[in-house]
Amino acid sequence: MQVEQLEILDFLRAHPPFAGLPEDTLRGVAAAVDVRYYKAGERILEFGQTAEWWFVVRSGAVEVYRRDGTLYNRLTEGGYFGEFGLLRNKRVRFPAAALEDTLVYQIPEPVFTELFENNEAFADYVEIEDRSRLRQVVSRREDANQPMTAKVDSLVGRAPVMLGHEASALDAARRMTEEGVSSLLITDGERGGESGGEDGQEGAPAPRVVGIITDRDLRTRLLAEGLPHDTSVSRIMSTGLVTVAHSQLVFEAMQRMLRNNVHHLPVLRGSQPIGVIALSDIIHHESRNSLFVVGNIFRQQSVDDLAALTADVRACFVRMVGEEASSRVVGAVMSAIGRSFKQRLLELAEAELGPPPVPYCFLALGSMARQEQLIVTDQDNALILDERFDPARHDDYFKALATFVCDGLARCGYSYCTGGVMATNPRWRQPLHVWEGYFSAWIERPSAQGLLDSGIFFDLDGVWGETAWADRLRELVARKARGNSLFLACMARNALLRTPPLGFFKDFVMESDGRHSNAINMKRRGTAPLADLVRVHALAVGSRARNSFERLRDIIAADILPRGRGQDLHDALEFIFAVRVRHQAEDLAAGREPDNSIEPEKLSDFERKSLRDAFQILADAQKFLKFRYQPGRAN
Amino acid sequence: MLYLGPPRDPGAPSVPRVARADLAPDWTARCAALAAEARDPRLCAFYAAGAPAGDTPLGQVELVAVDVETTGLDPERDEIVSVGLVPFDLTRIRASASRHWIVRPRRALDAESVAVHGITHSQVADAPDFTEVLGELLEQLAGRVVVAHCAPIERGFLAAACRERLGEVLEFPAIDTMELEARAHRQPPSVWAWLAGLFGRRAPVPSIRLAAARARYGLPRYRPHHAAVDALAAAELLQAQVAHRYAADTSLAELWS
Repeated sequence: MQVEQLEILDFLRAHPPFAGLPEDTLRGVAAAVDVRYYKAGERILEFGQTAEWWFVVRSGAVEVYRRDGTLYNRLTEGGYFGEFGLLRNKRVRFPAAALEDTLVYQIPEPVFTELFENNEAFADYVEIEDRSRLRQVVSRREDANQPMTAKVDSLVGRAPVMLGHEASALDAARRMTEEGVSSLLITDGERGGESGGEDGQEGAPAPRVVGIITDRDLRTRLLAEGLPHDTSVSRIMSTGLVTVAHSQLVFEAMQRMLRNNVHHLPVLRGSQPIGVIALSDIIHHESRNSLFVVGNIFRQQSVDDLAALTADVRACFVRMVGEEASSRVVGAVMSAIGRSFKQRLLELAEAELGPPPVPYCFLALGSMARQEQLIVTDQDNALILDERFDPARHDDYFKALATFVCDGLARCGYSYCTGGVMATNPRWRQPLHVWEGYFSAWIERPSAQGLLDSGIFFDLDGVWGETAWADRLRELVARKARGNSLFLACMARNALLRTPPLGFFKDFVMESDGRHSNAINMKRRGTAPLADLVRVHALAVGSRARNSFERLRDIIAADILPRGRGQDLHDALEFIFAVRVRHQAEDLAAGREPDNSIEPEKLSDFERKSLRDAFQILADAQKFLKFRYQPGRAN
Repeated sequence: MLYLGPPRDPGAPSVPRVARADLAPDWTARCAALAAEARDPRLCAFYAAGAPAGDTPLGQVELVAVDVETTGLDPERDEIVSVGLVPFDLTRIRASASRHWIVRPRRALDAESVAVHGITHSQVADAPDFTEVLGELLEQLAGRVVVAHCAPIERGFLAAACRERLGEVLEFPAIDTMELEARAHRQPPSVWAWLAGLFGRRAPVPSIRLAAARARYGLPRYRPHHAAVDALAAAELLQAQVAHRYAADTSLAELWS
């Protein structure tokens, strides 16, 4: 006979790996649990001992270690450990000890194994391969990612205004004016419904919509034809209604309007109209579309006008996040917007200062060049000047140009680069041969310290003017960097300066040495070191790509990483980006100033878990980087 | 009143070790004597299993946590409505082997006690009499040392049930987690003070009631007054008490009575 241990059952039921189990299974598991108390500091599992149990932390806190004794994870109530040994060779792989006084529930190996084998969701949840779990998470997001996913009903602002078919054109015009609408649905009933067709008499069939009448119909079919005001609406209405179902995409509604040359579409749920959307509704919706925002940037006539678009840029960002665009798409779109601001500012600058005395190329550097820009970003830029550049005669112009653009960018939300990497800095406003000299020196006579300051130039993109010069510099870098082991070693060393944390513990960020902090900068501890690491490999394989995901593709093709690690890095980058993006969008939606700093209490359990997986991938990749680009090692 | 944080001074157990071991009864001899007197075969078998010697290290002792829920607090008048138990030792609480019986009291349930343990009239109406589960219960206790929070309750009610129904004597060695807690806080063990607390008088500070004692060791809050849950709770508490104040080689005689 099995006795239900109610406390155990309730506890398991409330914790994620068990939450989805069928009730019978859950009861079986609860009845198989044994219990043990450990005082703070007591060892729970020793490396190599027989693995007999899977452990769930009931209360207290547990530390899990790697074989070399370094901290692997720290767990609190609901955390679990011991699965690794159970699923492999039934030997403990990760030793564990109580960090606080701890009560653990122990599930015997046969029960765990049966659960693992028969319950896919459970197995997915506790799956020991952190990497494959992150892969699932990311691919699920990628599958769900369709452009323009907004549904038609999200645009319906009010119930349709309806009128019976026997009413006059004058009635119709008055009704439209009263209601402030540009169309009316015409029904076969006496009066039509009032609004929404829901207030007809009890049991009476809802009136059937037989036509639509719009502002344009009144103009073209009544006034232009010279018909009297008492003409019946049924004479001037459009029949053969073009409608759209409430669950269709806004995109489809727009296509339908264009194809049928109509500006109003009744929206139906089943056979009942729930509203009418007009072309203006779609335009309003699309005004938060990135293409619209970019188009708008080029129509602005002054820096003030451009600065006023900041709100649209932010709305566009929030909309993309709401539509679950992948963070890679968000990064690319935000970079395109940033690029457009630069281009328009340069046009405005040339309009004010006159045409440039010699040709130039305006460069974007860093995240914008990588197409990984988000909402909170510095401006990093530079100018390449024509070889005929004569400082005495021309620099006043370019200094003014640079100042115009950098000040303008700052007003549009791109704060000044604190490191002075801006075209306003004379050092970064130089003819092409000087730039070639810079890059040659950085690569051929590298120092880790020197490359700390110049690392940002290895992500560069021509934005305006003679963009072929930017291509030339990239070509030079690709040619010289590849095979230059000292340079790569210096770049690798710098790429290891910023490390990820180990994970999360309670409401803290947990560092590898066990220290805690209250918040994590997702850029500094996540995406930036990942981008740094990918850049080193990309330089080593001679990739010309600018975007980290594209660089990864080249790196994978060059086959320099252990199998599967390239995909892991892709997933880690995508996921950490996604968390950054989502939290910035949340900040914006809540009216807070967005930043890159996240407090762990704002992360869901799922995010914490997946972030931990991503951090682990980054930490492992950093170890590999260190090993691969040791000074003197031939690559 | 909740006392926050577990005791952080394991190096200084406040127990006068030698004196207490000297006072402890000789359960081996007592079991032998009781075995000779018992007539009911179930009790004969129980006593024949004997008890571990007082100098056995705790780490080698087979324990069983027991809790009874009753119609009231007086063993002479009130009766058992449920018994829960969990076998365990210092390294493993075998919740998977725990047992729980509901039994039919001869005295009617009153509303007050139903409110405490949640066992209803209809549940006891179909339940067996205590004598029908006694055999299984004694099999589970045989050769083990009983652990209970406020052991006089379990001892009193189980002994009274045997006396009234069979005319037999039931005695067994027990470790009282409440008494261990009282020792740690230098208070004389007093069931009556605890009972007074139940009836609304201010509990002594720090409280030695089960939930409060557990909280001091970082043990989770469990719902009280379900016999199987309370037994599990007592087993966990003893493991915690031993981890903090005693050791696996502490002799049984220091703890039991």
